[in-house]
Formats: sequence, structure tokens, C-alpha cells
Amino acid sequence: MTRINLNVDGVAYTDEVEPRMLLVHYLREQVGKIGTVVGCDTSNCGACTVELDGQSVKSCTVLAVQADGGEVTTIEGLAAADGTLHPVQQAFHENHALQCGFCTPGMIMAVRDLLKDNPNPTEDEVREGIEGNLCRCTGYQNIVKAAQAVAGVKA
Amino acid sequence: MTTVEDAPAVAESEIGKSRRRKEDAHLVTGRTTWTDNMTLPGMVHLAILRSPMAHATITSIDTTEAKSRPGVLAVYTGQDFAETQGNLPCAWPVTPDMVNPGAPSLAVTQVNHVGEAVAVVAARTKAAAQDALEGIDVEYEPLPVILDMEAALADGAPLVHPNTTSNRSYTWVFEAGAAGTGAPIEDALSGAEVTLHRRFVQQRLMPAFMEPRSTVVQPMGDGVVVHSSTQIPHILRTMLALTLGIEEQKVRVIAPDVGGGFGGKIPVTPEEVITTLVARKLGKPAKYTESRSESLMSAHHGRDQLQDITITAKRDGTVTGLDVHLLADMGAYLRLVGPGVPILGAFMYNAIYKFPAYRFVCEGVFTTKTATDAYRGAGRPEATFAVERIMDELAVELGMDPMELRRKNWIKHEEFPFTTVCGLTYDSGNYEAATDKALELIGWDELRAEQKQRRERKDPVQLGLGISTFTEMCGLAPSRVLGSLAYGAGGWESASVRMLATGKVEVVTGASAHGQGHETAFAQIVADELGVAWEDVEIIHGDTQSSPKGLDTYGSRSLAVGGIAIVKAAEKVVAKAKKIAAHLLEANEDDLDFAGGSFSVKGSPGSSVSIGEVAFATFLAHNLPDGVEPSLDSDAVYDPENFSFPHGTHLCAVDVDTETGEVKIRKYVCVDDIGVPINPLIVEGQVHGGLAQGIAQALFEEAVYDESGNLTTGTFVDYTLPSASDLPSFTTDRTETASTTNPLGVKGVGEAGTIASTPAVVNAVVDALRPFGVNDIRMPATPERVWRAIHGGSTEDRAEAGTTAYGGASMSTSNGEGGAL
Repeated sequence: MTRINLNVDGVAYTDEVEPRMLLVHYLREQVGKIGTVVGCDTSNCGACTVELDGQSVKSCTVLAVQADGGEVTTIEGLAAADGTLHPVQQAFHENHALQCGFCTPGMIMAVRDLLKDNPNPTEDEVREGIEGNLCRCTGYQNIVKAAQAVAGVKA
Repeated sequence: MTTVEDAPAVAESEIGKSRRRKEDAHLVTGRTTWTDNMTLPGMVHLAILRSPMAHATITSIDTTEAKSRPGVLAVYTGQDFAETQGNLPCAWPVTPDMVNPGAPSLAVTQVNHVGEAVAVVAARTKAAAQDALEGIDVEYEPLPVILDMEAALADGAPLVHPNTTSNRSYTWVFEAGAAGTGAPIEDALSGAEVTLHRRFVQQRLMPAFMEPRSTVVQPMGDGVVVHSSTQIPHILRTMLALTLGIEEQKVRVIAPDVGGGFGGKIPVTPEEVITTLVARKLGKPAKYTESRSESLMSAHHGRDQLQDITITAKRDGTVTGLDVHLLADMGAYLRLVGPGVPILGAFMYNAIYKFPAYRFVCEGVFTTKTATDAYRGAGRPEATFAVERIMDELAVELGMDPMELRRKNWIKHEEFPFTTVCGLTYDSGNYEAATDKALELIGWDELRAEQKQRRERKDPVQLGLGISTFTEMCGLAPSRVLGSLAYGAGGWESASVRMLATGKVEVVTGASAHGQGHETAFAQIVADELGVAWEDVEIIHGDTQSSPKGLDTYGSRSLAVGGIAIVKAAEKVVAKAKKIAAHLLEANEDDLDFAGGSFSVKGSPGSSVSIGEVAFATFLAHNLPDGVEPSLDSDAVYDPENFSFPHGTHLCAVDVDTETGEVKIRKYVCVDDIGVPINPLIVEGQVHGGLAQGIAQALFEEAVYDESGNLTTGTFVDYTLPSASDLPSFTTDRTETASTTNPLGVKGVGEAGTIASTPAVVNAVVDALRPFGVNDIRMPATPERVWRAIHGGSTEDRAEAGTTAYGGASMSTSNGEGGAL
């Protein structure tokens, strides 16, 4: 077991973990951040996407020990303290960019990351920017729309 | 009681509004209840050892080492559960003599596909359980691998199941002449001016819902509470009781948030049974969550049919007959509705056309592959594909425009209701209107002109235009029809509407959602029925304790059946409330109007009482008419009289790079007629997602087995689910022809996009390649297949080369090339 210190969604945690434990399993099983989910075992689907030290990562490709000392933001840390949704969360709701909602946490984190790098993406740029995140329900059209709607708000 | 000067304003209808979904709030914030999120005190974690062999006898299993691993509580094999596990249910014996060899949840003496469960470990942590799988030693004696359906049916073929005499499970026949619904097919075939035959391959697909399946079982006294990622909590309850011999009232099933299904979460699964058995055996809660690679090899697959289709016509283009012969791969076992999936297509090959003669024969075949069952559309996409493809081929044969051929043969709007050659009565539709709108939206004539130019100048990127004019039967289903098809359940749906003391409303539905938006759309329906705010209506579903009666969600049935049950229950609430309102207003019940949530006396609009006020008065029960019980709550069970028949016209324009074989969808337009939309936003979302899945069959997805029966597309690396950059933006629109068989005029939209889109795309690709002598292309039309079709120089039917679902052995192509097409 290895001791790690992490800040997750603004709260400091110290835990003993097996060196082989994936960050996503640590978040779900030890921290209780069940909003972040596992959709595949090959890093294709992106459902587990979180932010680690300002960068979007698939938390199934990071070991918990690699995140030691880091700052993690998950889907559960996006809304404001008063419950106001993050603009990307709000845009997903407004544009019907989710159906079953399983890919949604990862998708929202990926869109948020994309917009940080490129605040006004074209449709093609959005599509390429989120191609690491799979959705089986929406055909992506409304996700693209949501991403561009946020861009519009910011512009 | 309210006394107002003016008549209450008639409230604006909620039906038809694009309300943002109630479901979203917890899904966008991660406050979800996926089954795998659940942890119960004392819970053990399961890991399942799966067969690496496609077909083998289990000669020995040694679990000693696994049992000694730290944290391991128990290891069980099929032998341990042989007496208790029963057989996984198949509820659709399509013929009286259908062979069902049985389906154990844990293999006992033999494995019949790669990925079949062989042993289960229960441990304190998931990691400990998975680690212990290495400590199980299984010896297998290999048996012949059976992948090709035609080879499986050949004389002397090795058997998948030793307790059968053939790999044929059933032969199901419908012939309109014999059924009395049409002319004899033999006459059509013998007297035909034009006869055209094609063989199409419906490749094997994987539903690939995003949430891997998960089950948590909590023993409770002599019963169980089963949490499962399932589409069918109600059917699962009944089936688990029957399979495991637990009394039904002792089984409670909860489907919490369920992350997609698409048919893939319909059957009762081996994993659900195994988790229940282990939990009961250990007397502790148990959880099993599959990995994606386990999901892809164990959860059922879809499609996988060989379609031989013959169409006959007059020289002028009038179709005279359709003869369909299917081989349908059941895989190794019959799952819940697996044998019936191709039969759901039996009545749809004739589609929107007036075929006078029709025959459909389907043989269900066992192979040593993962079982097949429902996948979005279930039988109807296959039927639509075959008929829409062969209509294009017939048009070429006759030298006709493919749309003109369709127009000549489809049912005209003034001919509805129309009884088809299958005996189904299509209640309504307007194919002309949908088609005209779609042609205009895509700019068909301009695209045709551009295509001509690009052909003439031998543009390396060729333009192809594809058509799919489709209908489907959904809203499963009239119970008597299901009975005539030997289906093991009815097709009704149940609803309860409860008026709370504060005027708020609870609605209990048996249609359990997994992403569709029932909570929003059903609330809109109830808002209109009761004249309350849609926000004040809460939808309860997915738990057999709180919603005890239902038949769940599949076959685009939730609205067309479940929604109507809600309407019927709400009507009863209003009828009960009216009696009490009349009493409160000191008026005769017959003199009351109900509008906008208020009862008012006819001709005396100043005096009214709202349904909320009636609900409170009913709660108090201080002043009710004599003999009236103090409750407005009402139940209804609705059994539809007919299916509903959405239809539409889908048009696709593709750019095909003849040098690389790449297909790019340039424009996709669909005009769907799904009757009255309750929530257009949700409708559009359903269409988008449906299109993505249908297009994925045309261009991207295929479950592939190698010659040893290994699933080589066992992860999302190899099974190519489309990403955002693989798909275009769709242009979706609607025409609205209300269904005449239900009070809302609704039809259903969950599967339409998937059913319609696949042939539109393939027709477009083939259209682009016609100048190269290509008249078919196997799905998915990958760049490699397209390139080969062009450069192989073959004009033969490329689809006759078998499918990679049959493994490497039968992969040689009709023109002698080796390798995958």
C-alpha cells in the first residue's frame, strides 16, 4: 500500500492505495465520487474523463499513485456551491445533449476542456475535439450543439 | 373553491412542447444511481471465469488454489449450481417444434461460445475476486467450431448441442396465399415478367450500450432484492422466480438509472442468475459488474442473418411478389426473445408496397457464437434493408428511377387504412408528403445533376444518392397478436395516476426507461389530461415494489402503449373528481365542464373548482357525496388494438473516394412521420441516435470471429462504434399523420432512425459505384471493401461471399480472392 494525498473537488483526501489501483477506481470506490464512471477497459470511451491539475485525463489510464499531490475536478465538482450548473452542464440540459446520461460526465468534462483550449470551435473542431468520448444515444449532434452554445455565451 | 368573474383561460397544451428533460438534473451533475454505484454492508464482489474455447467439453475444473487466495469467500462452478440454476428463459417458442437445448447460466459439462461463464469467485474486493480467477484450472477437450450457418445445416455437420439432432432450431413459415391474405407466391414466381434475386448479409452487431451491465442482489429473508441494469424489471422478476424457483412475491427487482439498452438489456442474463445464486448461497449481498470486453462477448449480439430475397414484377415496374428466405443465427443459445427477432421482421418485408403475393421462411440456426437477441429495431431493420436494397436493384433492372418505382408501388395516402399482404392494417400514413418534403430538403434534382457531371468528368470522388422509404410496426403489441405468434407474454401496459392532497400528481408506469425521457414526456401528457403543471407530475418507474405491474420498455412501445395507459388512468381520475366537484358546486354532474384543470358549471362560468381543490377535499373526506370513496387514484391497463406504423423517407448523399474507398456522408435528410409528437426535442434526439446506429451498421460496425471462434472485435479498439468525427449533422424533419388507433395519435420513434437509415446509406454507396459495375457491397462498407469492390473489377454480387461472422474458413470471395471483403 502507498499513501497518497489528493484534492478532489476542493476537499483534501489522504488514503492508502494499492500501487496498481487506477485513479477512476480510487475516485469511485475510495472517495465515493460515483459520478465518474467506467465504460470500457481500453481507454476508448472517455466516460471516466476528469480534470487532473488543469488537464483533462481519462482516469482509467492514470494510476492513483500518479495523481499523488494532484488536484482533481470531477463532474461532481463543476456546479457552484448554490447548485448553479456550470455553463457546459446547463448547455447539455438546454440542448438535449444527453439521453441515458452514462457518457455525460466524461463528455461534459471533455467539452469543458475543449472550450478552455478553443473558446470558439467550429463544428468540425468540436467533433474532433470530443472524438475520444463515445456516446451511443445521441448521435452527437446535440452534444456538438451544446458545445457551440456555450462558446456563443462566452463570445 | 374559487369563484372567478371570467371563465378560466384555456391552458396551452403541454403536448407538442419541447420541454427540457426532468431526467437531466441528476445526470449532468453526476448524482446518479447506476447499479455499479451501489455498495451494501457486507457486500461481496464477484468475478466470472469465462471460456476461452468456442466449443469444448469441460473435462475438469480445479478451484482449490483460487479458494485459498486471500479475501476469497467462495468459488462455484456449474456443477455446484447444476441442480439450482435452471435454464435461462426463452419466452418465444416461435413454432411448436422449436428446439431449445437449454441454457445454463454457468456451463456444466460443455461450453458453446467464447466468453461463456464457467466459474464464479466471490471475494471481499473486486480486485481479489479477479485475481483469484488465475487460480482456477479448467481442462477442455475441444469440439468442432461451428460458425457458418449453411455449414451448420449441412448433412452430417457436427452439432452445437449434443442433445439435439440438428443445428436447426426452427423453421417458421408465412405464405400469404395459404394465410388467405394474398395471392399464392408460386403463381407470382412462375408467371413473372421480371424476377430478381439477391442475397444480402446482415452482419452481426453489438448493442454496445454505454453502461456495462451490473447486478447487485441483496438476500432478504427467503426472498431477494435484485438491482440490475435491465430494460425489463417486471419481466425479470417473473422470469427469475420461474427460473430459480423463488416465489414471485419474494422477488423485488429495481432498475435504477440504466445507461442505455437498445435491446441489449432485454434478456434475463447468466450474470443476473449467477449473482442471485451466490448471494443466496452466502447469505450476503453480492455485486457483479462486467468489464467492456466481457460485455462484448457475453451480452447478446444482434442481426446476423443471411437474406435470400426474390422480387417479381411486371416490365412496367408493378411489383407482383416477394419471396424471402432467411437464415438467422441464434448463436449458441436461445435468449429471452431471440428466436422471435427475425419473425418481427416477417410482416415488414412488404414494407410500404402493395405486393399481391408474399412468402417468408426463416430458419433459426445454432452456431458456437454468442447468442443473438433484440437490437434496436429487432427484425425490422433487416427487413427494411432487404426490401429497400432490392427495390433499387429492380429499378436498375427495369431502367427506372428508383423513386418512381417506389411511388408506383407504395400505398397512396387516400388508400388508408390499408390491409397488407401480411394481413396487418396500416391505419394511416402519407408517403407522398414525407417523400416530397425530403426531396426538397436535400435538393435531390440538383444533386442528381451534380452526380451526372461528376460521372462524366470521371471525378475520383463520386457522388452517390440513396433512398429509404420505410415503415415499421411498433408499439408492441396487441396481446392477441402476440398470442397468435406464440409469444410468452401479453403486450399491454399498466399505469396508475395518484392525486396527492396538495394537488400534485404521481404517475406509476410499467414502462421502465433507460434514457428515453419518459419522466418528461409522460408528465406532459398528464399535465394536459388533468390540467396541472407538468412540473407537478412525478413519474415513478423501475421498481417492482413501487410500480408492481408492467411489461417494460422495448419495441417503441412506451408511448404508444404505456402513454395510452396513463391517459386512460387519468380519464378515470377526472371521472371520479367530477362526481365530487359536482357535489362541491351543488350542481348536476352532467352539467359540468372540465377544462384547464377546472370543473365549471355549464352556462355559469363564474362557479368553478380546480382538480387540486377536489383532490384536497377528497383527502379531507369531510364533505363527499354519499357512497363515494375518498380517493381519486385510478389504475388502467391498456392493451392496444393494433400496432402503430411510423413511416418516413430518408435520403442520403455520399461522397465516395474511388482511390481510397473512403465513404463520407455529405448530407443526410430524413422526414419521419411518427404521428403526434409529445415532445419534439426528445423525438429529434431519438431520431439522431437511431440514425447513428443505422449508419454505423452501414459503414462501421461488425462483430468478427476468427476461424477458432474467437471474437476478434472484443473491445472498443476493434469494434468501431462511431465517434463524433465519424458522423455528419443530420437534417431531420417531420410530417404529421396522426395514428387513428389511439387517443393521442402517437406512433413511436425509438427505432425509426435505425430501421430506416442503413439501406439509405448503402443504396447511396452502391449508387456512387454503379459506373464501376458494382451492384452490391457488404456491410459495413469500409474503405477496404469499397476499394475492393471498385478495383476487383467484379460485377458479381459481392454479398455472396459470406460474412466475417463466419470466421476465416469461409472467407474466400466469389471471384476467388482470399481474405475479408
